[in-house]
Amino acid sequence: MEYLFSHFNYVVVIVLMMTGLYVVFASRNLIKKLVGLSTFQTSVFFLYITLGKVASGQPPILEKDPSSKSGYDEHTAFIDPVQLAASGDTYILPGQGSEILYSNPLPHVLILTAIVVGVATLAIGLALTVRIREVYQTIEMDAIEQQDFQYNLEGIER
Amino acid sequence: MNHDPHVLLRVIAKFLIPLIALFAFYVQFHGDFGPGGGFQAGVILAASIILYSLIFGLENAKQAFPPILIRIGMSLGVLLYGGTGVVAWMQGGEFLNYSVLAHDAIHGQHWGILAVELGVFCTVTSVMIAIFYAFGSRQPQTSEEDW
Amino acid sequence: MDWLSTHAVAFAIVLPLLMAAVVAMLPNVKRLAWLVALLVAVFVAVAASVVLQTQAGLGEIIYEMGGWEPPYGISLRIDALNAPILLLIAAMAVATLIYAEPAVASEVEGRRSGPFYAAFLLCVAGLMGMVVTGDAFNVFVFLEVSSISTYTLVAMGANRDRRALSAAFNYLILGSIGATFFVIGVGFLYAETGTLNMEDMRSILANLDGGSRVAQVAFGFIVVGLGLKLAMFPLHTWLPGAYAYSPTLVTAFLASTATKAALYLLYRFCFTVFDPSFDYVAAVLTYIVTGLAVTGMIFCSLQALFQTDARRTLAFSSVAQVGYMLLGIGILTVAGLAGGYLHLINHAVVKGGLFLALGAMWYRFGITRISDMAGLSKTMPITTAAFTVLAFSLIGVPFTAGFVSKVALAEAAAAKGWWWAVGVIMVTSILALFYMGRMMMVAYFRDPPTVDGVAWKRNEAPALMLIPIVGLAILSILIGMRGNVFLTDIAENAAWVMLPGSGL
Repeated sequence: MEYLFSHFNYVVVIVLMMTGLYVVFASRNLIKKLVGLSTFQTSVFFLYITLGKVASGQPPILEKDPSSKSGYDEHTAFIDPVQLAASGDTYILPGQGSEILYSNPLPHVLILTAIVVGVATLAIGLALTVRIREVYQTIEMDAIEQQDFQYNLEGIER
Repeated sequence: MNHDPHVLLRVIAKFLIPLIALFAFYVQFHGDFGPGGGFQAGVILAASIILYSLIFGLENAKQAFPPILIRIGMSLGVLLYGGTGVVAWMQGGEFLNYSVLAHDAIHGQHWGILAVELGVFCTVTSVMIAIFYAFGSRQPQTSEEDW
Repeated sequence: MDWLSTHAVAFAIVLPLLMAAVVAMLPNVKRLAWLVALLVAVFVAVAASVVLQTQAGLGEIIYEMGGWEPPYGISLRIDALNAPILLLIAAMAVATLIYAEPAVASEVEGRRSGPFYAAFLLCVAGLMGMVVTGDAFNVFVFLEVSSISTYTLVAMGANRDRRALSAAFNYLILGSIGATFFVIGVGFLYAETGTLNMEDMRSILANLDGGSRVAQVAFGFIVVGLGLKLAMFPLHTWLPGAYAYSPTLVTAFLASTATKAALYLLYRFCFTVFDPSFDYVAAVLTYIVTGLAVTGMIFCSLQALFQTDARRTLAFSSVAQVGYMLLGIGILTVAGLAGGYLHLINHAVVKGGLFLALGAMWYRFGITRISDMAGLSKTMPITTAAFTVLAFSLIGVPFTAGFVSKVALAEAAAAKGWWWAVGVIMVTSILALFYMGRMMMVAYFRDPPTVDGVAWKRNEAPALMLIPIVGLAILSILIGMRGNVFLTDIAENAAWVMLPGSGL
């Protein structure tokens, strides 16, 4: 039980993932399938984001140490090791000295990309659903397959 | 308009929409040296226009923000992003190597990220609105009872 | 030229990506979009061949995107394994785009032709990116770029056959699940190794001696995800529908490149990120992948026998052919991998040509079912001749491309002592003889149908369609005759990248 609590993020991820997959495969309605797909993808976003969290870590936003010599203006928040060494500036996390404990920002960036990909997939899926509804007058898989079957039969008779 | 049931919505929306748009630009330019950036700003700006079309109707929104503009905006953003990379090529660096864009690497990086984020902003705004228009302008072919 | 040899890797992805945006903006002038797309594809092919040449000289090319060094930045990495596939994709894009002008005019609504070419270029860019990138998450991004554009391309077949819509929807659901499985696997790998650069992952995993259970789970997710994308046997259900109802050139392009790029990723992850010397990788490849490959070869060849739709027959045949390539992986020797790799290239050429030929037949006579193909040897002699050559190549008749790779695979299996695998290759080749023979029997030995008492006249496909079809047919014979000299070297170099340091 304690194990479950200490790993509650994985519990959430697994529950969401299985719910999503089940909905995708079990429902015969196109919209519900897309809802399931989105749930499934969201569970992966959670997985990545919780992977990046370091216990008691700070947000990974650097500020310039006010005590350091100023070579460049503070808008240049990126860090190029060579340039930085040349400028003599040091960057620190606010409220901390040289002890830097911060959460890993990389998974968040990756998931920003994955969210955009998910939005694009969902948009295409919804657009297809709209078109299917216009053509078939239904968004139920069973009815669509029934119509396709009839269409095939007519094709063979032709 | 005398018996407009949505007068409250309209007044509040008129008040909110410019604020939302302004916030979008704040997020956009704050993204240079803090949290924020083109994705978030694009979505926020698109949200303001989607709010406008929800309150004042799709036709009015399409006049304010015509679909042809959206189609150009989508491509323009991608080209702005890629164009930054191509300029970096011409300056002799790798693709998207911003360091060669200006007289020194730090300013180069600054200019590069600014241009790229503007491209992202442009594309994300246009795409979000395009998706909304595409679904919003479809006429349902069946009557309400069928739903 | 010097600039090109340095930057050709990035150029091959960036050009189609940017030109897709331009093509989407172009005014709807007749043929303009097609011309631009074709030019782009030609430039990409030139860049890809420069990459191949440079790679042959250097052995390995690493291109740092944005000047950020790996492992912090994303790097593009070319070696003997992916350079030939890069050229293959670019060449098939050129072939299908030459064919595209008449086909798109008849199959896609006029006002959609601009977006069609834009989506096609995006798909090319995505596939190229998948193949060249050296960053595991970047693979996912490019995978989705190519997949999402593919869904729209498949759906554009709705103008011709409305079943394209539900086929595209199925493909979207299964393709997204596959990509998501892949990204879960990459996430676990990241948790295990702390890097996304494939080269770094390799060295860290090798130091950890295969890693903990996290790495094993990651491997499972990646294999299943890629298996969905490359149509590994039980995960292939999206493929027949998508191939049968999409526009003809999309089918040809997908059949020859999309599953191949996914298969390349399987090679990359099984052999250079993970390593077959880890117990679990070897076990999965030897037992599961081989088992599924063999089942798929037999089962889908049988299914191909019972189809009425010509393109569905070829689609099921594609799943069976994927089985051959997976068998090459399962054999786990350099010879087996080389055979599978050779079959990958040959099958791309052959299946692309076959689908293009079927598309030309649809263009002239509206043929979709096998029984409609009656009398084609009289009405479309050149197309039918090319179709026959390509069909022989698919079956594996001597002096054609299919023969070279099937023999290479069978030899590798025999060298390992897997005589049953040799038997399966024989049986499925005979099944291929039957299902392709059915089409040819109808085409050669039945009379053309009559309309109002008048038999269909000779009506050959337009020149733009004939050029790529005949070209691919000739190429398949050339590979069959001279393939031992040129392509086998390429395949063996690729196999040595996958299994460095191990004996034959």
